[in-house]
Order: sequence, then structure tokens, then C-alpha cells
Amino acid sequence: MLSRDANSMYWMSRYIERAENVARTIEVNSHMTLDLPGEEHTQWGPLVTIAGASDLFSTRYDEANQKNVIHFLAFDRDNPNSIISCLGAARENARAVRSSITSEMWEQINRMYLYVNETSTNARVFESPHEFYTRLKLGSHLFLGITEVTMTHGEGWHFCRLGRALERADQATRLLDVKYFILLPTVDHVGLSVDDIQWAAVLRSGSAFEMYRRQYGVIAPDKVVEFLLLDREFPRAVLYSLNRAEESLRAITGSLEGTFQSVPEQRLGQLRSDLTYMRVEEIIASGLHEFLDNFQKRLITVGDAIYDNFFSLRPVSGIHP
Amino acid sequence: MRFDNYDTEGFYDELFEAPGKPRPGAQILVERIHSLSDGDVTRRQIAAEQALLQMGITFNVYGADGGTERIFPFDIIPRIIQGGEWEVIERGLRQRIEALNLFIHDIYNEQHILRDGIIPEDIVLSATSYRAVCSGLTPPKGIWCHITGTDLVRDKDGTFYVLEDNLRCPSGVSYVLANRQVLKRTFPIVFHKSNVRAVADYPSHLLETLKYLAPDTQSAPVVAVLTPGIYNSAYFEHAYLAQQMGVELVEGSDLVVDNGFVCMRTTTGLQRVDVLYRRIDDDFIDPDVFRKDSMLGVPGLFEAYRTGRVALANAPGTGIADDKVIYAYVSRIVKYYMDQDMILPNVPTYICAEAEDLAYVLEHLDELVVKAANESGGYGMLVGPHSTREQQKEFAERIKSAPRNYIAQPTLALSRAPVIVDGHFEGRHVDLRPYILYGKDIFVMPGGLTRVALKKGSLVVNSSQGGGSKDTWVLSE
Repeated sequence: MLSRDANSMYWMSRYIERAENVARTIEVNSHMTLDLPGEEHTQWGPLVTIAGASDLFSTRYDEANQKNVIHFLAFDRDNPNSIISCLGAARENARAVRSSITSEMWEQINRMYLYVNETSTNARVFESPHEFYTRLKLGSHLFLGITEVTMTHGEGWHFCRLGRALERADQATRLLDVKYFILLPTVDHVGLSVDDIQWAAVLRSGSAFEMYRRQYGVIAPDKVVEFLLLDREFPRAVLYSLNRAEESLRAITGSLEGTFQSVPEQRLGQLRSDLTYMRVEEIIASGLHEFLDNFQKRLITVGDAIYDNFFSLRPVSGIHP
Repeated sequence: MRFDNYDTEGFYDELFEAPGKPRPGAQILVERIHSLSDGDVTRRQIAAEQALLQMGITFNVYGADGGTERIFPFDIIPRIIQGGEWEVIERGLRQRIEALNLFIHDIYNEQHILRDGIIPEDIVLSATSYRAVCSGLTPPKGIWCHITGTDLVRDKDGTFYVLEDNLRCPSGVSYVLANRQVLKRTFPIVFHKSNVRAVADYPSHLLETLKYLAPDTQSAPVVAVLTPGIYNSAYFEHAYLAQQMGVELVEGSDLVVDNGFVCMRTTTGLQRVDVLYRRIDDDFIDPDVFRKDSMLGVPGLFEAYRTGRVALANAPGTGIADDKVIYAYVSRIVKYYMDQDMILPNVPTYICAEAEDLAYVLEHLDELVVKAANESGGYGMLVGPHSTREQQKEFAERIKSAPRNYIAQPTLALSRAPVIVDGHFEGRHVDLRPYILYGKDIFVMPGGLTRVALKKGSLVVNSSQGGGSKDTWVLSE
């Protein structure tokens, strides 16, 4: 397939997944805030921090309160990772590959964008945001389902899946970080504070509550971390996502399992294998935030390698001197 | 909503013979609309607009911040054409396209028609759309104009005339397909009963036409649609056609000429392309041959085309046949190459390059429409009845200084069709652009794009100036 099309499909999926996860992050925080009355101000700032957008935020808003942060994360077109920007970008990418995806996929992305665009001018969303998140989440799931059942599971589909899996792994680590920033402001405190309600909120925001309960019963921080990071079967867990990403990457290159022929396969394989053979105790002991931070950096190098290997338009030799 | 008070105001109306009297094929539709409750027609209009918005058939309104995209205005009352009438149009278009193709080939090769004095040589050779670089070329299978959109209008007495030929990159066919998809949902019962000829197979015919151009050595030819990119106003159409044909949609930067062959850059390396349906004008397809500043094209593309390694649809150089002055000669072109009389007439046209016509035009500027040969979209035009003495004087000077550049036509009373305006029906002027494919055979799509001038009294159907569209139903006989 065309390099440009592969690039667009990969980013189309990444942006949809990102939009869904930004919505999830806001949702988990809304829930936690309800449980922590009186600490409103300190509780919304961290969302901007983990999005890596503190500088941009402070130039545009004077205070990190609920309304400002939600506006920034959901509807601010100058924030490249806001929900509306993500859906706009997903839609532009979809438009660029409109001929290679199905009409149903395009129409679903278009519908989501039009919905968010319309909602952005509706002040009620700041008071009762729940419906907004729910519709976004369902919209994203619907897109995934449509992709699953209308698109041939060939190269393009694997690029979609690769982008989605990498984004989901990245976002899952950010979601865990929200909890870290809110409750555990310094590394020394790791493991000292246990709050059932708040960890439950983290699980719920990852649609992981019921599945976690069935597996572990009681809510314990290290088990939650283990579930969201290292589970092989839970579809929003990081390791699960990396395994799917690796499968799709191999389907694209044709490499056999356990082998690699390109830089992205090598880097993703190493990262996945580190996680495969990791214990949650080691992660907590070395510091969860530090671990997550390092993981995100390595994931970025995987993304860079994918770009270099598949998407960049390399010059062709010997044609136009 | 009823047609009881609908007034045709003396114009030829596409749905009504006379006030209160629907044309034969329109009776089912009119009865159905009369059976619907008041708000129902409006609701269907809104639902149709919503459907187009969700399908993403929109264009951007520039200058606004992100949010403003509009649909191309669409009116749900179809325009209906009788089978018998259509049969004449179809024959006329086939004849016209065949003749124009012979003309283009002759112009770039032996130039018999010039040597026989049928058309003055300088009119052809001085046209800005004449591409000297195409001289001596025979495109694959001898076909130059594979995809044509011909603009037709009806005058007061109901006669169809050809207003304009578009042989470069005519657009709009995707709206025909989308409008139909939406209208089948809007009036399913009427549609079913009316026996409307299908248009949905257009992409299949297009693909067949394009594949036919590939070198015979390629058993599974690769076809692609070449677009200027997502910011082009017709991008939706480019993507839609590629999708419907199941071929790649490429931009100039996706293509490269390697060892003389045109290739796409794919995730696994270069892949040869045999046929390009290019939706980029001649001027921009290859900076090595045409405009040097083009960022949209592919260096080396023309050379690959010239040596028969890639087919281009339409072939470069076809613009010569839709020059507005050449248009005036089409009946002579048909006669010359096919020894036939033209089936579909042109709008009577005065050629300012011919002394007698020039004198007439200069005396009757206040009642004629004067058009410059190489302008489009309403530029370089004088609409006599709506012009001032000053403007007429200015135009007279322009015509006298370069008569070759001008033609003139009488102002026509274009036919009208009812559209929904604020909860009732009013007549608006319409035209019709059918699409013709020239491959192994000549295929005329039954129907085409009916454009409507939505402003009251306006004759301008262009979307940039308040135009909209309607579905066009050609009935089976």
C-alpha cells in the first residue's frame, strides 16, 4: 500500500484512541474530585502536567480549575492533544485515505467530529460532562467495531491496529500516572497511601473494574498496577496492547515470531519482552512514576522507527539528478 | 406542501406542462407530494441535508475557524426527463464526443481540417489550450477525451442545446451518485414506481474505461486516481471515485518516475502504475514540461506518457476542444469528420473572428451574451441585457482589438424546475451536465448533474455563486 496511506491509517487510529483516552482521563478525575471535596484546584492541575502541556496551559488560562482544564483538554483547538484537535486530526487523516477505508468508517469519524464540534459551544457540558464522555467512548468503540467488520484484515488494517495498540499502551501509562500525581506527590510516598475508592476510579476509567474484581477480588495498589500494566488478556492493559502491536507489525513485515528484520520490530520486541518478564514488585520498588516515564520514552523511539521505516518518503536513486 | 399555486410564469418547466398540469412522468411524484402532510416534505428535506453532512460531502467556507463546512445545497424535488427525450440526448452526445475526439487527434497530427479550411488555422494554433508538445502523439487506443461532462440547457420551447463542452477534468459526477443515494431514501415509493434508470454503475464503467487504456502487455493493470490533495475543492469526488473503483488515490508526491515508468511509493517499495485518472490540469502535471512551479505534478510524467509507458485520462491537450471559439465550429466538425448533421444543436453562436458576425455582435451588444474564449466560471463575460452602456462600449473595444477571443450568443430563457423555498414551491432555472465515457465504447450516464440557480431569477448555476443541485431521473420507456 501507499506509504502515505499507511501513515494516515496509523495516525487516524492513534488519534481516535487518544481522544477516547483523554475523555477517560477527564472522567476518572471528575469522579475522584467528587470524592475529594474542597481540593478542587490542586486536583485538576495534574491532568495538564501528565499531558505534558503545563507551559501551553499557563499561557492560555490563569487557573487550573475544573472548567479551564476541561475546556483545555476537550475543546481547545490550540491544544494539539485536545479531544477536538484529535478528532479533527483523525478526520483529516481519514479524509486522506478516504478511498482506502470503508464509507462506514469515514462516516463514523465524521459523526464523532461533528458531535464534538457541536458540543464545544454548549455550556452545559461543563456541568454534566458524563454524557459527553460516554458518547465519545461509545463512538470510539463503534469505530473500532466498524473497522473490525467492514475492513479487510490486510496491511491497512494492521497499520490501524498497530497505531491503536501503541496509543493505548501509551495512554494506559498516563492514566496510571494521574493517580500517582494526585495522591503521591513525591516518590517517597509510593506504596504508602491506599485508597480503595480512588484506585477503583482508575480501574473504572479504564473499563477495568469488573475484570479486575473477578481476577483479584480486593483492591490493592500493586495489583491494580499489575493488572493495568502486565496483564496478557485484559484488552486495555499495556502488555496486551504491546503484544497486539507486535503481531500487527510482524503481519506487515512478514517476520516470524521471535525474529526481526527492521528497527521498529527490534525496539518494540525489546520493550515488550522487558515487560513480559517483569514483576510488579520490581516496578513499584524502582518507582512507578519513573518506570512509566521511561516506558513512554522508549515507546516514542518505537514510533520514530515506524515512521522512518514505513512512512518517510525516501529519495529514489538515479532518477532526477 | 402543494403545487396548487405553483406558477411556471411562462418558462419551460421541467415538471409541469402548465400550472396544475404535471408532465407525464412527473404525475406519480406530484400525487405523492400532495398526499404528504405539511411538515413531511420539509422533514424529508432536512433529513436529506443531514445525510449529506454525515457522508461528509461538504466544502469548506474559508476564513472561518474550523467549524464551518457546508454541504453543496441540494433540493429533494427531482428533475425528471422522459425516456424518449433522453434517447435523443444520448445519441447526440455520442456523436459529439466521437467527432471531438477525431478533431483533437487530427489537430495534433495531420491537421486535415485546417488544411481544408474548415476552421481558420490561427484560431486553433493561437488557443491557450493548444499544447504543441502533444503534436505527433497517438494516445493509447487513439482516445483523447475519456471522460467528458457536457453542459446542456433548455430554451423556452423545451429544445435542448449544448452550452459548453468540458473535456479536461470535468467534476460533479460524485454529486450525481450521492444525490441519488440520498433521494432513494427520501422518496422510496415514488422512486420505485417511476422506473428510474440507475446511475450507480458509473464507477464500474469508469474503471472499465480506464483499464482499457493500459498497455496490452499488462494482464492486471494498475489504475490510480491522481489528486491535487485534500485541500482541493473536488477532493471528495477524487476520493469517492477511487474508493468506488477500488483503486489507489495518489498525490504527486506519492509518484515517481523510475527507469521511465511511473511508480507509486508503497510500504514495500515502488509499484508500477499503468493508468492515471488525473484530476490535475495539464499545466500542473509535470514541471519538466509544463509549469515549472507546479508542486502537484510528477517530474518525468509526460515523457513516460509520450513513450507509452503510462496512460493518462484525459490525455493532455484535450482542452483545445472546449475552447469557446472552437465550440462555435462543432457542427462543422461533426459534418467534416462524420458526414452527419449535428443531432444536439449548439446555442446559436456568433464568431467575432468572422466579419459578418462581428458586425452583428457590435450592433447588438445590449441583447447578447459575449464570452471570452479562454475564460471560465463567468469571468470575461458580458451579459448584454444586464449591462450598462459604459460596459458595452468597453467590451466593444476589447472585441475589436482581439476578435478571435470572443463569441456571442443570444440570451436564453433557461428552463425551470420547482424547488422548496420557505415552505412552498418556486421555479428556479436549471441546467444539466451528463457524463460521457469513451473507452471500448461510448457510454452516456443516464442522467447527470442538474444544477439549480437558487437565487430568484438568477441564471448562474455555479456553486460558487449560489447554485445547488437536484437528482436527475431519466425514466425507462
